[in-house]
Amino acid sequence: MPAKGATTIRLEAPVQEPRTVGGPAARGVRVDAVSFSYRSRRGTVHALAGMSLRAAPTEIVAVVGPSGCGKSTLLELVCGLQRPDAGRVEADPAVYMPQRDLLLPWASALDNAALPLVVRGMGRAQARSRARPVFAQLGLAGFEKAMPHELSGGMRQRVAFLRTLLAGKPVLALDEPFAALDALTRAQTQGWLADALASEPRTVVLVTHDVEEAVVLGDRVVVMSPRPGRDVAEVVIGLPRPRSRTDAAVVRLRERALEALA
Amino acid sequence: MIRALTLAILLLAGWEAYAQLSGIDDFILPAPTEVAAALYADRALLWQNFEVTAAEVLLGIGVAVTAGLACAVAIHLSLTLRRTAYPLLVASQTIPIVIVAPLLVAWLGYDLAPKLAIVGLVCFFPVAVTTLDGLAGVDPDLRKLMRTLDASRLQSFRRVEAPAALPALFSGARIAVAVAVIGAVLAEQAGSSDGLGHLILQAIPQFETARAYAAVVVLSAFAIALFAGLRLAERRLLPWAHRAEGAVT
Repeated sequence: MPAKGATTIRLEAPVQEPRTVGGPAARGVRVDAVSFSYRSRRGTVHALAGMSLRAAPTEIVAVVGPSGCGKSTLLELVCGLQRPDAGRVEADPAVYMPQRDLLLPWASALDNAALPLVVRGMGRAQARSRARPVFAQLGLAGFEKAMPHELSGGMRQRVAFLRTLLAGKPVLALDEPFAALDALTRAQTQGWLADALASEPRTVVLVTHDVEEAVVLGDRVVVMSPRPGRDVAEVVIGLPRPRSRTDAAVVRLRERALEALA
Repeated sequence: MIRALTLAILLLAGWEAYAQLSGIDDFILPAPTEVAAALYADRALLWQNFEVTAAEVLLGIGVAVTAGLACAVAIHLSLTLRRTAYPLLVASQTIPIVIVAPLLVAWLGYDLAPKLAIVGLVCFFPVAVTTLDGLAGVDPDLRKLMRTLDASRLQSFRRVEAPAALPALFSGARIAVAVAVIGAVLAEQAGSSDGLGHLILQAIPQFETARAYAAVVVLSAFAIALFAGLRLAERRLLPWAHRAEGAVT
């Protein structure tokens, strides 16, 4: 835990032991030839079959695929919420960020962001004072006491991301975090997220159906097949940040990813 | 509000006209003005009996909310209880309370106990069921998030499910308030020496029909006041529950 009053604002270092699902200690995320099916009302759904994914520590891996290709299931496996039927998942402790912000409507923006700290047993006052500098650092100053309904969609998503960050886990599992936003807000929030991750590097698995978003944010883009999902292509981005969606290189890589998707 | 008031006045005027012009005996159907007169003339008697009934209603609702809440939480947290106790909960609501009331009086005596049991029995179900629904209605994605925050079952309950269920608890309580008054009157009529239910039962054979109606007016006013009071309390205590956006459930 960082010392109180430290000048550089660092979030709690990812101190947890790596959680391994059937294997030796992992660093980052390793998903090896994983299959997973579940029962639904319409019978057994084969969500994933032979899916593999790697994310090195602090690497941002974007996963794109057609809808219903098992992207959300992949995140549940990475977070340890499900166990694979076959294959192996090894990952550092991961925190899940759902598609909708799901802020608690009875709590202020700051208290929402500080929820992970409270859950970890911190008192409310201490949790607030720990969350406040990060809140300001990520451009949310002035909104501490705002209630979720008073915030715009983009702001709510930022608070939700801050909550994810304050969980202090090395891996972030982001499930289409911008899908509910309008185009302009989405672009702004993506830029914000890129900045936030630059100042708070984490291993990120970002699931999205938006190829452009994947290319703008990811270090690597993994393309999945239709269900049962598996990885069919990989596009290494390797472009300097910040990236603009209109950069020629971004557009070219987007085309490549789209081709792989088709 | 104004339209509702207009309709009420129109209905009362129609009733008054019918009672006055049809020549019907006032011990069969007293006119609203006669009920109002009885309300004033018998105010001491009505108040004295109202205090008894109000105590039964309030304490009964207290019993129902406590038991209903405890039951909902226990069933929510335990799969075993959900399987074993939930059917019993539903069964408790199929008990014909009109028939059981005299039996409870015979068993528990003439004092407060059977009234609390009866009011509690009719109010328990709406509280338990709405609260249970509120607890179970939390978004599954939010549960997943809480699990990846390493929240224990109890922490998840305390931080997310319990607050999210409060609006449902309030709606349950509002339904309970409406039936609590009926329950209390029923309990008094099954065996009691005071209370508004008892007063009504006595007034009818004494041809004091206007007094019986006056007692009914007091009971309705009480139920409406409780209902409105709960609404107000909910708006004060849970302002977030009245906004469509940001609901967790």
